[in-house]
Parts: sequence; C-alpha cells; structure tokens
Amino acid sequence: MSEDGILHGTFFMNGDVACAEGAISAGCRFFAGYPITPATEVAERMSERLPHVGGVYIQMEDEIASMNAVLGASWAGVKAMTATSGPGFSLMMENLGLGVILETPCVLVNIQRAGPSTGLPTLPAQGDMMQARWGSHGSYEIIALVPSSPQEIFDLIIEAFNLSERYRVPVLVMSDEAVGHMSEKVVIPEISPENLMSRRRPDVPPEEYLPYKADGDLVPPMAIAGEGYRFHVTGLTHDEKGYPVMTAEAQDKLVRRLVDKIKLNRNDIIKCEESDVEDAEIIVCAYGITSRIARLAVQQARNEGIRAGLLRLITVWPFAEERVKELAKQVKAFIVPEINYGQIVLEVERCAAGKASTVLVPHMGGSVHTPHTILNAIKESLQ
Amino acid sequence: MTSTKTPVTLEESNIESFLRMDRMPHIWCAGCGIGTAVGCFARAVERAGLDPDKVSLISGIGCAGRAAGYVKLDSFHTTHGRALPFATGLKLGNPELNVVVFSGDGDLLAIGGNHLIHSARRNIDLTVICINNFNYGMTGGQMGPTTPIDARTTTTPYGNVEYPFNAPYLLAASGATYVSRWTVMHPRELERSIAEALVKPGFSFVEVLSPCPALYGRLNKESKGLDTMHTYLKRSVIRNGADPKDAEIGLNGPILVGKYVDIERPTLWDCCKQVFDRVKEKKSK
Repeated sequence: MSEDGILHGTFFMNGDVACAEGAISAGCRFFAGYPITPATEVAERMSERLPHVGGVYIQMEDEIASMNAVLGASWAGVKAMTATSGPGFSLMMENLGLGVILETPCVLVNIQRAGPSTGLPTLPAQGDMMQARWGSHGSYEIIALVPSSPQEIFDLIIEAFNLSERYRVPVLVMSDEAVGHMSEKVVIPEISPENLMSRRRPDVPPEEYLPYKADGDLVPPMAIAGEGYRFHVTGLTHDEKGYPVMTAEAQDKLVRRLVDKIKLNRNDIIKCEESDVEDAEIIVCAYGITSRIARLAVQQARNEGIRAGLLRLITVWPFAEERVKELAKQVKAFIVPEINYGQIVLEVERCAAGKASTVLVPHMGGSVHTPHTILNAIKESLQ
Repeated sequence: MTSTKTPVTLEESNIESFLRMDRMPHIWCAGCGIGTAVGCFARAVERAGLDPDKVSLISGIGCAGRAAGYVKLDSFHTTHGRALPFATGLKLGNPELNVVVFSGDGDLLAIGGNHLIHSARRNIDLTVICINNFNYGMTGGQMGPTTPIDARTTTTPYGNVEYPFNAPYLLAASGATYVSRWTVMHPRELERSIAEALVKPGFSFVEVLSPCPALYGRLNKESKGLDTMHTYLKRSVIRNGADPKDAEIGLNGPILVGKYVDIERPTLWDCCKQVFDRVKEKKSK
C-alpha cells in the first residue's frame, strides 16, 4: 500500500473486494450500505479501507437510506457508492429516481443473486437487467456496466465513477454472485489524476448560477452545498433555476434533456468486445459471467468448423443498438444466453428486427450455463 | 385590545434576504402555521450566529416539505420520508455544514419513522424541525401517525382508532440529545428553541404544533387557523424538563410544551474521528 492508502500491485482477490478497491482507486470517499448476501464483502472491505484514505463508511438502517445517503454525500462534493443485491436493489429504486432527476453523480453496484424475492441469496443470476433499465418510475435513461471478472469489476468501477461524474447520472454496475465471489488475479495500476473525472463545477458567481441550465452537452455544471451558491434542487419537475414547475412544457423539456444527455452521447458511453465476428454467421451475445462460458462455446464451435463469434456487452444500458443492427445484416442468428428467462434477448430481438433470428438460452439462476448448452444452441440454430 | 409593543415588520427582521421572494406567494393555506415556523427558523439561524452559506435545509414530501423551496439556502426537496438519510450523507460528506431537516409529522414519523429513530440512535449532528399538524395535508387531510385517537380525518370518518406517536417520548428513547415541543402560538420560545437546537451537538428534534384549518381543523371543530391558535393558548402547559412520557396529545386535555431533553453524548462524527485516529496510530506503528 502506498503512503496515500491506495493499493498498487498484483493481488489475488474476489470480485467484491476488487469492487471496493476499484472504488478507492476511483476516488470514492463515501460508502453507505446495508448487509446483504452476496454483496456484503464490498461493504466490509469499504469499512476497513475508507478510514485509510480519509473516507467515511456508514451502515444505514436499510437500502432506501443507503441510496439517499449516497446522494447526500455526492451533493457535499464527495464521490459516493453503495453496493447491494436483488432485494436491496428493489429498495433502492425509489431514490435511484431521485438521483436521476437531481442529476447526482454516484455509483450503485448490484451483485446479482437469483430472485424473485429472497430467491437464492448465495447463488448467481442475471435477473435484474431489465430492472436496472426500468426499475424506478417515470421516463429516464441510465448507464449500466456489466463486469465478467474481478479484474474487470475493478476497471469498470473506475469507468462507472468517470461516467457518473461526466454525465451527472447514477451509474449501475450489474455484477453477479459468481463474479463477486470468484477469486482471480487483479492488477491494480497507479491511476493518474487526469484519468479520473470530476463533475464540472459552475464558473459563474452565485447570483448568475442556474443549477439546471445546460450547454450543448446537456449536462449542467454542478454546485455543491456550502459554497455560497444557495441553490435549490427538487424531485419535482423543475426549470433551469431548479424551481418546481407543474406544466407539460416543463416536463417535456426536463425529461427530454435527462434522456438525451445519455442517448446522444451513447457512442462515447457504449463499450462492447468482439471476437471472431468478422466472418461469423452465428453470434453469441452475452454479458457478465455468462460471456466467459459463451467464449468457450464459441471456441468449441470454431473447432468444429462453425463460423461462430462472440459479442460481449460491457455496457448493457444504453444498449449497443447500432452495432447489433449492423451485425443483424451479416448473421443468421443471435444466440443470447443469460441467467434469467429472457431479458436482454428482447433488446437483441428488437434490434435484429427480423433480419436475423434470435435464440434465447435461458437459465433460471442458482448456477451458470454449461458451455455445452450454448454450443447446442449454436448448432441447433444452423439446422 | 391595545398594545404598547410595536409589531416587528418583515423588513426589520430581514427575513426577505432569507427567503426566495421570487417564489412568493407560497402554496400554504390561509391560517396554516408552517410559514410562522419558517419565520422562527430564519430568525433562529440569525440568533444562533450561523453563516447561511453553511446551512443546508433538507425536506421530504408534504406541506412542510415545501419549506426547502422557499428558503434561500442550499436546499434539497427530496423524496417522501427520506430527508434524514439524505441529510446524513450530506453531513458526513461535509461535517462543517449545519444540516437541518424541515418536514412534517407524516413524512418523519410514518414513512420516514425508521430513519428518524436510527438517526437519533447514532446521534448524528443534525437538527430536525418537525411540523405536526396531526394529518396529511398535501393529500387532503388523511389520518397520520400523530392523529389523536377519536379525531376525524378524511380516512377516519368515524373517529381515529389508532394510538398516535408521542414524538418527544419516541425521540428521547431513541437517543436524541435535544428534544423540545412548541406551538406556532409560541413564536419567541420556538425561535429560541430552534436556535438552541441548531448549535447543540448531536441529534436535535423540535416538534412544532401547527394549525391545519383547511383539513384537520375543519373536521375537528377548528375551522379557522385562529381557532387552533386559541386552542393552543388554552391547552398548552409550559413545563420544561417534563417527563416526555407525559407528552401524549389527546383530542382534549393539556398539551405539554417545553424542552424535554438537553443532554451531552458524543456525536457520530466524534466517534468517527476516534476511528480515524486509531487507524492513523496503527499505521504509524
């Protein structure tokens, strides 16, 4: 550990611990959470590590409070995070919406377990992918990243903080129990400050500051409490001053901007990884832990002379719409394995728009797919 | 009635500099007491000698929750019941801020009840001003967690069958270091009490009884704000240091007002700092 309390070097650690270390490296100095399997180790690690870097850990009375405390800390100017799993994620939906409408940078990690309800607390699933997109009420756009290894959870937490500061939006990191609890090599590099983004602050005096007046990039500069700006923010529909305005016109202007600031910048946000897609006639579209198994299935298919490829979604929301549309012109079928009964497959199907067929390989949770299941689906789609 | 005292005008109290005058008129009904409580809070900030730039006000949802929108401070109008956890994050994010929660009885004691008792338990240095008008005003006068037994509301048309919370007793038991109750009929005492609460380290809770003539009052034989003010005058018994157990409020009978709790206990931040020191010590060894 260096003088400043930040880890550097090569470690053997599980995904939850790597998640916490990613946050520390990203400059996160506030964590509020509530114990829940399989995300508890994130909180435990943060409680141990934050005092070393001058940060604050607090265990709240529930996940509703945790999400709110994270928003409050962000308005004090601190990078803030919480981590949870299914039932806690449900409780956080209310104030995820508040984070969206107040345009509050923060990171929310979901180490997914199988549901519905209490489900299988100790076992993996990818069942909250649509909840991540639509879980809070109203129209909004969100960013969600999906890591497939402890190393990637570390990397994506940093990316998540950068995106949240850049676009003033809560960013979701949708991991799962398998990645959270697996231990692998994690390389923690020294991260130079210019690779860590901070929200743009107002450059006008308080009397000229309008909290929700955005320029061309649609992201308004953000004042923080205690600096004399004396701003007002509200969960009600508001104008550029931040004052509530109860009209259809104000609603239209605000919601359009909240959505468009993500939508119009999607090319800057969306990341995918492709392998063997150039000549592929079958593409497996997978994300998170499932993409690792899909990779094996694709390799096996190639060994057997099948022109298969892998499209690994790193950003799930906003969805890699344009790329899937492009690939649909080239391939016969998309195979979509996911640990749920069909969620992201709906997006693939929408973008394929009948140009390629779409095959769901569902798994209800509790374990992961076998490569064999995915390989079979690849073969069947060729018949 | 003649009075020798000259009434204090708005200009003299300098309250306009504290309010977002560009948002006037406010939405509160004629005879509502929330405006009086906001005035007492404004003067209390001045009395306590706080720099308004360092004061943040957080509200939840409801009539009292609209206070955040009218004060010229860093002010946050959050979600229903969640003002306290939001305030908790803000305060821990910057412990130099004076963080105040201004909200209603339904917001703080029902939907936000869990946050309230846990905030008091951890003794985080916040000041809570709880407007108690005995019902949910914003949604049209429904029964709430402080509605006295037998009282009429739009959801207790035959009289309330549930026992209400005794807020000072609940807060004292939960660990608050400062607990008081006043009515808007006691503006001087209320202002002094809020000022005390603002400078008191730890979790401070000031309950403010406030008329709701349009809803609760109308259904309970106090259809004018003035009627409720008369009731407060008639029923209030000032008893500082009273046992909060005796602070229950019925449909009739005395209403105890005054300061119930004023004790010393290390705040959450005091305890956090001890941990930081322990970690530092361990490092240097």
